[in-house]
Amino acid sequence: MDLTLVWAGIISLAIIGYVVLDGFDLGLGMLFAVFPKRRDRDVMMNSVAPVWDGNETWLVMGGGGLFAAFPFAYALILPALYIPIIAMLLALVFRGVAFEFRWKTERWRGVWDLSFIGGSALAAFAQGVTLGGLIQGIEVDLATRSYAGGAFDFLTPFSVLTGLSVMIGYMLLGATWLVMKTEGDLQARARFWSWVMAVGTVASILVVSLFTPYLEPAYFARWFTFPSILFAGIVPLAVAATVVLLFRSLHVNHHDYRPFFLSLGLFVLSFVGLGVSLYPYVVPPSVTIWDAAAPEASQIFMLFGAAVLLPLIVGYTAYAYWVFRGKIDPEEGYH
Amino acid sequence: MFEAFDALMLARIQFAFTVSFHFLFPAFSIGLASYLFVLNALHYSTGKPVYLTLFQFWKKIFALAFAMGVVSGITMSYQFGTNWSVFSDRAGPVIGAPMAYEVLSAFFLEAGFLGIMLFGRSRVGPRLHLVATGVVAFGTFLSAFWILSVNSWMQTPAGFEIAPNGQFVPTDFWQVIFNPSFPYRLAHTVTAAYLTTAFIVGGVGAYQLLRKKRREDRPGARTMFSMAMWMAAIVAPIQVFLGDAHGLNTLEHQPQKVMAMEGHFDSHPDGAPLILFGIPNSAEKRIDYAVEIPKLSSLILKHDLDAPLAGLDTIPEDEQPPVGIVFWSFRVMVALGFLMVGIGFWSLYARWRGTLFSDRKLHWTAFLAAPSGLVAVIAGWITTEVGRQPYTVYGLMRTAESVSPLSAATVGATLLAFIVIYFAVFGAGTFYILRLMKTGPKPIEDDRPDGPIRTAGITPAPSIDDKFIPAE
Repeated sequence: MDLTLVWAGIISLAIIGYVVLDGFDLGLGMLFAVFPKRRDRDVMMNSVAPVWDGNETWLVMGGGGLFAAFPFAYALILPALYIPIIAMLLALVFRGVAFEFRWKTERWRGVWDLSFIGGSALAAFAQGVTLGGLIQGIEVDLATRSYAGGAFDFLTPFSVLTGLSVMIGYMLLGATWLVMKTEGDLQARARFWSWVMAVGTVASILVVSLFTPYLEPAYFARWFTFPSILFAGIVPLAVAATVVLLFRSLHVNHHDYRPFFLSLGLFVLSFVGLGVSLYPYVVPPSVTIWDAAAPEASQIFMLFGAAVLLPLIVGYTAYAYWVFRGKIDPEEGYH
Repeated sequence: MFEAFDALMLARIQFAFTVSFHFLFPAFSIGLASYLFVLNALHYSTGKPVYLTLFQFWKKIFALAFAMGVVSGITMSYQFGTNWSVFSDRAGPVIGAPMAYEVLSAFFLEAGFLGIMLFGRSRVGPRLHLVATGVVAFGTFLSAFWILSVNSWMQTPAGFEIAPNGQFVPTDFWQVIFNPSFPYRLAHTVTAAYLTTAFIVGGVGAYQLLRKKRREDRPGARTMFSMAMWMAAIVAPIQVFLGDAHGLNTLEHQPQKVMAMEGHFDSHPDGAPLILFGIPNSAEKRIDYAVEIPKLSSLILKHDLDAPLAGLDTIPEDEQPPVGIVFWSFRVMVALGFLMVGIGFWSLYARWRGTLFSDRKLHWTAFLAAPSGLVAVIAGWITTEVGRQPYTVYGLMRTAESVSPLSAATVGATLLAFIVIYFAVFGAGTFYILRLMKTGPKPIEDDRPDGPIRTAGITPAPSIDDKFIPAE
């Protein structure tokens, strides 16, 4: 068995796990801006408070896992996308502490709310820019095994576009999460914002998808030549079907759970589409997963831990979500 | 504005800044997790309410410190790649795996048991709650185990070979993990974390004793103070021995570091003096105004008054660590260590005299010494990290070769952002912690969270949820 493929799979799962899990709570942070009432905000924060730090640990796992399994890729991507990554880390500091600090003060609550909104928005934007910066390709000097570009190479219309797209997509996740977790007036407004963000997300997916194949000839070939189009073509069809179902579920008032899971489906499909474009490259356009992989001894050693702990973590996370299923009780969790 | 610095220096400052800031939180929370376990176990076995009172009080502080540890820790898992990409590429195959284990164990602790420990007491019952507290304490230790293993490997690399592409490739992971300096570093660092916590707890206890109300001690103040002083009396002397053993290990594997710590520019063929104080003059290669005790350094390091000790004059110029910083940080650490031993012995004397809870001088001293552990821990890390310069992987890979290909402006601007934001955000967090400490424990605290309901992993067991058992 090719352990490099196994590890590529594990890292991909960690990344999509992170996007799916932390995406909705970052989106919810941005939506704080359109829900100014204190009581609404308390409920919103309580709806993600039990799970957010578990969610963000997947980001540590993505970074740590990439370092361990693909050290060369880690060493290329992080300097190349230095500015958006550091911006994301600092933004996460702001929003992370807001969960605790907001409850410790009356006078400064507004400041921590603002840090929650701004931190969430910047983190989402920076993640999107990072993604775009990776897709559009990173200049590598293979002789010195190092990044060969400048500090602002990442900044292109495409990466700004992916940055905004991720913000909109996360807000869709956040809004549909609220539809699922809340009731009454708050839920009705969340449903309205879900609809707005769904329109925005569909537009973003369209534009990014049309843009991507023209960035690299390899991407174009993957999407538009026979026979790979037979596999690749399934993805846009599945996206279209999910979009139709999503809009229908948003028009029906008794569908509380379905919009959120359909939105997650959109993210997973987009991620698959991304995989279709990039494979087998981890740092396009020149470094494949095999070029970047750690030696087999390291892969095997880590696989022991991953084989035991990852299923436990996934199981435990699923259980925690199951425990906190259902609507948020506005009276629980604070005095 | 960064013309005076090169990218390498700025990258080093950035790493030193972010890792020092981060380490303050785990240094405190490793010890605090164990303290919470002890309090919980004492309450479980004795049923005395004071232990639960203290548990509930320190639990809140733990939650805040842990949250700040998490957000500053996320940064650390990316700092290796952003600022030290060449190092990451070359050393990744060896140290990536233990770091991944660190993440997995931290993850497991966090996802699994922190939630129960913080908010689950009424939901899972006291026994499972005690177990959860124990697992959290063990998990913090496990995190320390892996990350210290990585650091130790960088100081005393073992169990690897160098591949044609320049990468360090593991040949034996057992040797990688249990490399020569690891056991010493682990023991010294974890004990330091315990002492750090003991002195913070003792400082808070002393403060609460000092501001007693109408001759009545504040709840839990005596118990806190007494427990912390036992730790100081017993563990601080142990730490001196562990530090000595760690120093001897360093002498064996990284002699230059010890030369810098001791301020030995010159070799001493028949017995080296112990320089107590002085001002290192690196340009002239001597210690100005040195106050020294003849032959004592040889006695400490070689257990022989006349044993020869080599100095930095035997080391090529470009392999020497900077003496000034190492010399001073080492002395700060050692001085604080002996201060802790002194406070510990003082408390034993006061206990014997029966004045432990009335000796205001002792209380003031313990109160002022509350941050001594934090300062000592940072001074110790500065000693060991600056002392291993100019290498990242000792003797094999230089710091200058490890750095990412970034411009000074990029690294400088992000460094500035880190400094401003960390001080603002963690300053606020520290303020909230201090405010909690000032208020002190309340006699009977209920289990309702002050903050949001939070943290993955609350396991409800409604059948034993005492809040919902009807009072009959």
